[in-house]
Amino acid sequence: MSDNFDSLYEEIIRDHYKNPQHKKPLEHIPFVQNPSCGDKVRVAITLGPDGTIAEAAFDGSGCSISMSSADVLADLLAGKTPQEAKAMVELFLAVLRGEKDPSELEQLGDAIAFQGLVRLPVRLKCAALSWRAALEQIEKLL
Amino acid sequence: MKTLTMAEQKVFQADASIQENSAVAQELKKEFPIFEQYPELIYVDNGATSQKPRSVLEAEQGLYTLACANVHRAIYSLGERATGLYEDARKTLAAFIGASPEEIVFTRGTTEAINLVAHSFGETLSAGDEIILTEMEHHANLVPWQQLAGRKGIILKFIPIQDDGTLDMEALPRLLGKRTRLVAVTMVSNVLGTKNPVETIIAQAHGAGVPVLLDAAQAIPIEPLNVRTLDADFVALSGHKMYGPFGIGILFGKRQWLEALPPFMGGGDMISEVHLEGFTPNEIPYKFEAGTPPIAQAVGLAEAARWITRIGHGALGRYESGLAQILMSEIANIPGLRILGSQPGYPEGTRAGIVAITLDGVHAHDLAAYLDRYHITVRAGHHCAHPLAQRLGVVSSARFSFGAYNTLDDVFTIAEILRKAQKEL
Repeated sequence: MSDNFDSLYEEIIRDHYKNPQHKKPLEHIPFVQNPSCGDKVRVAITLGPDGTIAEAAFDGSGCSISMSSADVLADLLAGKTPQEAKAMVELFLAVLRGEKDPSELEQLGDAIAFQGLVRLPVRLKCAALSWRAALEQIEKLL
Repeated sequence: MKTLTMAEQKVFQADASIQENSAVAQELKKEFPIFEQYPELIYVDNGATSQKPRSVLEAEQGLYTLACANVHRAIYSLGERATGLYEDARKTLAAFIGASPEEIVFTRGTTEAINLVAHSFGETLSAGDEIILTEMEHHANLVPWQQLAGRKGIILKFIPIQDDGTLDMEALPRLLGKRTRLVAVTMVSNVLGTKNPVETIIAQAHGAGVPVLLDAAQAIPIEPLNVRTLDADFVALSGHKMYGPFGIGILFGKRQWLEALPPFMGGGDMISEVHLEGFTPNEIPYKFEAGTPPIAQAVGLAEAARWITRIGHGALGRYESGLAQILMSEIANIPGLRILGSQPGYPEGTRAGIVAITLDGVHAHDLAAYLDRYHITVRAGHHCAHPLAQRLGVVSSARFSFGAYNTLDDVFTIAEILRKAQKEL
């Protein structure tokens, strides 16, 4: 029990939760919700003139996993083309679903902090929430 | 001969001190194999499911090892043994709640039992008929009625809850009308722990000629229930919350109701005769038990009923309420901590051993993960009661729900870890 917790509460997660860099009030974007806990999040993605993502931001409410995951995601989205962003989000979600090895997250910066979640099925949904929200927005850009 | 202490007899007593009953709980813990596996476990998610004593596990396994055959078909002696054990289980459980065996329908659980009534009883309703529920219902006693409302144009009305977590009982006489066909209400709120005045509800409903369904999922694990004394028309309960196996529950229905209602699911066992053009339903209760029933689980559940009776069912809920009361007084002064429902000082006997809390600035999931580090298992979320959570204005809460193996030490540990969590999270 306790080792799960320790991996969960790595400093990375706590830091993104307590001091999010990309959280701001958004409008006109539907929330994606996790009905099992009431967490909700929405993600806004702005393209720059060169066709890559200039800025990603989120807002919503939820536990440390869902909120920190959203902040990590927003960090990673900046500078990517919509195609790259889609591939990255799909990779993250595939790891959470157990279809890809957690070590694949090593190429995704702070997202590696969530690799321990693969053993905690209930909290997977928390981590996946913002990435599902982002996927909806990215698909509109393709 | 040495006389056994109260703890050694392992029977909760209503007039014993909470320390004495806690010693009983400590002894009873030894009957649960899960605590051999995890000696440090403080299991306080009994509202979701309880742990299972060895005798229940052995009874369930015994059916498989001694009498594994299908029921009501086999002519050979092994099959007769299976049928005998299954029907003995029905008799035991009928006696357990004061019913006749033919009024006991085995289901997968409370949810299926309520769905059965929503379908079979629902078949007899017409557009514009009304059903009264409460604002504190578990989704299991809400969604089946919403589905029925969608199918048949039924109107749902709700007894509101007040800020102290109790039902606004002045509302019921106003809500009962000419088109009211059923009142369906939980006996104990799975979130607030509120024990509803079901005797009054039944008296008022019957006064208006309206039958009552009771959701007893949270009530049956804490005290004996007699369907005759209560004069309930339908009672739904789950086995796994009362120290029994998963996958089995009971629908009690008064004989005249079960006889009058059409079957729910179709298949084997629920028929007496089948032609290509149609079928004649079997007699009660079999007409509501389509397909091979949960035979081993029924045997396990009957043992759970014997077990809970043996350990002092009448005093168990009172003991658990006592633990909840102590927990509440221990944690009430933690900064930012809110106890949902009635507050300490509520009238004796109106609250079960369930305490749901929120902690300012800490999401319930994070609190639950923190408590898990100390082997404390709590439910975090909306507890399958979205409308109630909305009514209380909380997204997510953490719920402690006590069982027969929880001790005073458990309560003090929980309080200590909550104080720590408030500082650290």
